[in-house]
Parts: sequence; structure tokens; C-alpha cells
Amino acid sequence: MVEKSPGFTLLAHVTLILGVALIAFPLYVTLIASTHALPTLLQGRMPLTPGAQAWTNYSTVLSRGMSLAGAPPVSLMLLNTLVVALGISLGKIAISIIAAYAIVYFRFPFRMTCFWLIFVTLMLPVEVRILPTYKVVADLGLLDSYTGLILPLIASATGTFLFRQFFMTVPAELAEAARIDGAGAVRFFLHILLPLARNSMAALFVIQFIYGWNQYLWPLVVTTKQSYYTVVLVMSRLVNVVDVAPSWNLIMAIALLAMIPPVIVVIAMQRWFVKGLVETEK
Amino acid sequence: MPTRAVFPDKATPYLLLAPQLAVTLVFFIWPAFQALRQSVLVEDAFGLSTRFVWFENFARLLRDPNYLHSFEVTAVFSLAVAFFGMALSLLMAAMADHVIRGAGVYKTLLIWPYAVAPAVCGALYGFLFDPTVGEVTHLLRVFGVGWNYIQNGDQALLLVTVAACWNQISYNFVFFLAGMQSIPKSLIEAAALDGAGPARRFWAVKFPLLSPTAFFLLTVNVVYAFFGTFGIIDVLTKGGPAMATDILVYKVYSDSFRALDLGGSAAQSVILMAIVIALTVAQFRYVERKVHY
Repeated sequence: MVEKSPGFTLLAHVTLILGVALIAFPLYVTLIASTHALPTLLQGRMPLTPGAQAWTNYSTVLSRGMSLAGAPPVSLMLLNTLVVALGISLGKIAISIIAAYAIVYFRFPFRMTCFWLIFVTLMLPVEVRILPTYKVVADLGLLDSYTGLILPLIASATGTFLFRQFFMTVPAELAEAARIDGAGAVRFFLHILLPLARNSMAALFVIQFIYGWNQYLWPLVVTTKQSYYTVVLVMSRLVNVVDVAPSWNLIMAIALLAMIPPVIVVIAMQRWFVKGLVETEK
Repeated sequence: MPTRAVFPDKATPYLLLAPQLAVTLVFFIWPAFQALRQSVLVEDAFGLSTRFVWFENFARLLRDPNYLHSFEVTAVFSLAVAFFGMALSLLMAAMADHVIRGAGVYKTLLIWPYAVAPAVCGALYGFLFDPTVGEVTHLLRVFGVGWNYIQNGDQALLLVTVAACWNQISYNFVFFLAGMQSIPKSLIEAAALDGAGPARRFWAVKFPLLSPTAFFLLTVNVVYAFFGTFGIIDVLTKGGPAMATDILVYKVYSDSFRALDLGGSAAQSVILMAIVIALTVAQFRYVERKVHY
């Protein structure tokens, strides 16, 4: 048995509490700043307790946005971001689970070619091929559309790999038994495999929802109309205003609203989040 | 690759693969091919004619002091992000592995920064470190440090490094903690029986056993610093001041969409693809090693 040393355990707790506090500090300052009026923040030392402006600040950004800095109402941007995040995460799960099903449960010509074509995409983040991808989307007339925001980002090999790994762990006898009982490929997939894959789907969902919600560069290049802006996209515009001090109180309110949904998803689905991280390994 | 291959259908697998293959071909393979093609061409000023120039675009890049500078900045930045991010999260993971009571709570309190978008993270740090009203700026002034990251290049690089580490710490923590928890208890107990204290057990037993995890995280962190930090840079510094934070990905973006240098930016894309592929191969070698482990 490993000895208990109360001194070291205390040290561990102190270190962890300090670490947690250090990591939470930016969040705390954000929360406080979003409840004050701008002059309070600009006049020198910022107060470390909440102010009385919370309602004004949040209702302003939610309903009116910051038109001077080029930001539409945050409620609209949150909705856009939600559409994009759900489109990317659910779209990715849908196309990658059927692709993995084809690769594991069928034998057909060019099977390995298909596998490698998908595999190659693992290596190419959108940042690397940004200009040619932009051109493709522009030629297809998909700029300023949800399709243009979502479709290029749902192609990724990670999902296909995750489901392939999972399908390999499902006993082969299961499919054989289903076949003997007269179930076809579609029926076996819908009634047996899909329910079994629930955990893997949840894990992939958390990772891809965060990925979709937090997209920055892609929305930046494919949207020009404010009606398609995502909430993450306007950050740079708000912070880098010319000639005036940034409206930090409103920016911090928007930042907080932008991080609440993904943080809730990660914490509420913590078990699947950790599983998803470790299994997709990126 | 092993296979089940139990269903005899001929057309079904193609139908199942069609959506993924279509998206992959249209948005990945085709653009990547275009980048390769464009990188060996030069277009005239009006975009009317193009000329095949072999590796002229690459040669021009490698002679360009700005590009070499960007390479240097990226190297310093990514190594700093990987080293400090991993060191801090290793410390946290070691402590969380040690405590029994409250370990779950600490874990919850340490994983949420993963969910914060890099651009939002940039805004948070932009406010904390704002040269006139920032909370940390005030604190630094008390200690006699003059802080203005908008004018001071070293401070700008330091700031984006701190923000990037903060954003990535949850990822490292989750992997280090999972790695430590998979070490057999019997090894730790044997070391304790031999008289090793907590510190000795960490350095002599756990740390060496974590080396595959650390190697994996090193490549992931470098990839993250290369590509994932675009939002942080764009919000905080836009590559400045005087290109002090102009990492390669930021340069591709600004050369493509602001300077409109097609051949040059395509050549930059190709170089970045080569780097990604090298890093991915390195990562796979880790996966292989893990299997033999």
C-alpha cells in the first residue's frame, strides 16, 4: 500500500486550487467587466465586484448588437453559430458513420482506394488550403450561405476512423446472425449497429460541436453579409476598433455569451468528451 | 486491414461512401491539387495569362527574409506553447492523480478552457493585457514592468503564447491524467515499498512511463500552435507589431486575401502541407510504438 502523507496531499490540493484559480481568472474578469458601464472600466482600476449594468449590457448586445463596430444582434449570431455547429457535428456523424459501415462490412473494388482518399484528409486542415477551397466554394455560389459555412468542414477522416475502430470491436457473429435471420444490410445497420454506436456518436458529437462552434477563419472568408455572421467571427472586429477605446463591457458580454454553449456541452457531456478526445486522438 | 465483409450487396457500399467521397474530392483533394498546380505557375498582373516556372515561387519564398522570419517566429512560438502548456498541465495532472477526494471536481474545473474558441480567448486576453485598462497591465505596473504589447514585439509574442497555452491546457491535462491513471497500481506500490516518496515515484516511475503520451502531445501541440492559433493571433496582434507574431498560417492568409499573391501563397500552402504530413507521420510512429508498448 502506498503511504499516506498528509503534507503532500495538502500541497497537491493547494497547487490544484492555485491552478484552477489561475485558469478561471480570465473568466472571472470577463464576467465582472460585462456587468459594468464602459466609463467605469476606462477610468483606471477595474472593480473586482459585479456592477449594476448587467441587464443593460446583455440586453443591448442581444437585441441591438454593436452596429458601430459592425456586429449584428448577438441573438442572431448565436443562432447562426448554433446552426453551423449542429450542421457540422451532425453532418459529420451522418456521413462518416455510413462510410465506415461500407468500409468495414462490405468488400468491393477500390475499397482501399476509397479508404486512402478519406485518410488523406486527416492531414490537411482547412487553414492550409484556404485560398483554393475558398475558390471552389465561390465557384459553386455558396458564399454567404449555411451550406458554404458547413459543407467544406464536414469532410474529415476523424469520424470515419472513430466509427471504423468501433465497428471492428463489434463481434462478427452479430452480423452473421442478423443475416441468417433474414436482415439485410440496411436493417442490420439501423436496428443493431446504430444503437450500439450511441457512445461513439456522443463522443464524436462533443468534439465536433466544439470544433464547429469555434470555427473562425472559415466563416471569416466565406461570409460578407451580416445575416450570416457567427458570434466567434466578430471578435477581432470588436477588439480592433480604430480611434476609440473598445467597448470592453459589451465585448466581454458577447465573449461570455459565445462561450457558454460550448462550455455547457463539454461539462454536461464530460464523460463522452474525454472518451472522444482520447479516441479520436485529435 | 481486416474486414467483416458479410453483406453481398454490390451497389450499397458505393452509395454509403458517396457523400463522404464527394465532399472529400470537392473540398479537399481538388483544392489541394489546385494549390500544387498554382505553386509552379506565375500569373501576370491582370490575371490574363499564366506561365509555368518550375520552382521559382519556392525559390522566391526561401530568399524572402520576411518568410524566413515567419518560419523563425513559428518555431519559437510552437515550441514555447508546447513546452509551457505541457509542463503546467503535467504538474496539474500529477497533483490530480495524487488526490483522492475532489479529483473529479478539479477535472471539471480544468477542462472547460478547451471549449473556448481561440478568437474568444484572444478577446479575453486582449482585455486582461490591454496596455491602458488591462487588469494584468496594472498589476505589472505595480512591479515596475512597462507593458505595451501593441508596440513591443517580444511582449506580443509572449502574450499570444500565454493565451495559446491557456486554451490548450485542458487537452494536455486530459491526456496526461488518462496516461497516469493507466499506470498499474502495483508498480507505484512496489516503488513505495522500496522507499520512494511521492516525488521520487513521479520522476522515476510515472514520468518515464508517460513518455509516449508526452511525445504524442508534443506533436499535437505543435500542430495546434501552427494552425489552431489563427484566431488568437488575428484578434490580438494581426501578426504585428513589425511581424513579431507573423506565424506561417497567418502569413498564408494575409498573402492570399490581402496581398493576392497567388503563386507565392500556393507555394506557402504546399510547404505547410508538407509540414503537416511530416508531423502526422511522426504522430503515427507514436501510435505504432504505443502498440508495442
